[in-house]
Amino acid sequence: MTLKTFLHRLGSPPYFYQISKPWGRAFAWIGLGLILVGLYGGLWLAPPDYQQGNGFRIMYVHVPSAWMSLFVFMVIAVASFIGLVWRMRLADAVAAASAPLGAAFTAVALVTGSLWGKPMWGTYWVWDARLTSELILFFLYLGIITLNRSFEDQKTGDKAAAILALIGAIDVPIVHYSVDWWQTLHQGSSFKGLTSEIAPSMLWPLLVMMAGFMFYYAWLVLWRTRSEILLREMDREWAQRVVEP
Amino acid sequence: MTRRHQRLVMVLLMLACISAAVGFALRAFNGDLLYYITPTQLAEGKAPAHGAFRLGGIVARGSVHRRNGSMTVHFVLTDYHHSVPVVYTGILPDLFRVGQGIVVKGRLTHGVFLASQVLAKHGAKYMPPGIHQPRARPAHLKMLALRRSLREAPGL
Repeated sequence: MTLKTFLHRLGSPPYFYQISKPWGRAFAWIGLGLILVGLYGGLWLAPPDYQQGNGFRIMYVHVPSAWMSLFVFMVIAVASFIGLVWRMRLADAVAAASAPLGAAFTAVALVTGSLWGKPMWGTYWVWDARLTSELILFFLYLGIITLNRSFEDQKTGDKAAAILALIGAIDVPIVHYSVDWWQTLHQGSSFKGLTSEIAPSMLWPLLVMMAGFMFYYAWLVLWRTRSEILLREMDREWAQRVVEP
Repeated sequence: MTRRHQRLVMVLLMLACISAAVGFALRAFNGDLLYYITPTQLAEGKAPAHGAFRLGGIVARGSVHRRNGSMTVHFVLTDYHHSVPVVYTGILPDLFRVGQGIVVKGRLTHGVFLASQVLAKHGAKYMPPGIHQPRARPAHLKMLALRRSLREAPGL
């Protein structure tokens, strides 16, 4: 099977429904394993920070969540683009399934960042460019979720949400580069290309957590997309066969 | 041109227009998006003429003074080119220390910055205690020391 025919078949909801189950299961176990290893490494094995002591450990949840908040938005933007241009039903379903997950990652990033900010910075919240653009990202997610469900016809909802997602995607580089472009209270990125300003003994659990969050998202998005396409194809023969065997 | 091509062109055009609009807007806002200004920017007259603003810098070595039994603390914020004396009454954040990046909010009165809020910035680096404590050193020396310590730290 060539890549092109594979992609073509993947675009067909019944085929996707069939193969996504074993993949989703595998992603779930890999994600769970990585997150457990990352938490053990981050909370027990990593040494305390020279300035922040044990307080820095919230990084192991904050950084992966913030990274996922940007990554999921890019997934939605790409899926929206494909859905708008090539009218691929599966892409619309992936975008709709991803939006609540991205909103949740963004909320976790905002809350953990706020709890981290109080002891270290001296405040829960400041309106600097990084924090404000991340908050805008959260509202963009909410907009995509509500717009998607606001129309009688699901296709209209998909289209409206896709346009908002493509416009909103401009916020992703703004969040990422805000700490370089403007003077912010939030510190700059600890990653410069492939090098990091985090000591190796503290860095590896973070990378493991980030990989774990990716697999966790991969599992959830496959699962949510499965129910999403079942709902959307309810009156088709294959879907009825799945629901009532 | 097929309908699919038309849609592709429309979506790409939309994206190009929006990117241009946001790009120009960000350029126009550039100065206002600064959360704080540095002592050098203050010396260049970039501070607002009226009202409070935020000033960010490094706490200068040997500049922190506090009278016994008083909540008022005096220190100097510097960016190694210009310095501003600061007065603040209240509780300082945990990370307040010499050589630390600090953002203060307040007003400049007769050359002294009267701060109503003191926030600590922390760096992008994380490391175990005791390897290197590069305090109160110029930023480029800190970076060199850090790179060295990262290379020598036992990896996993």
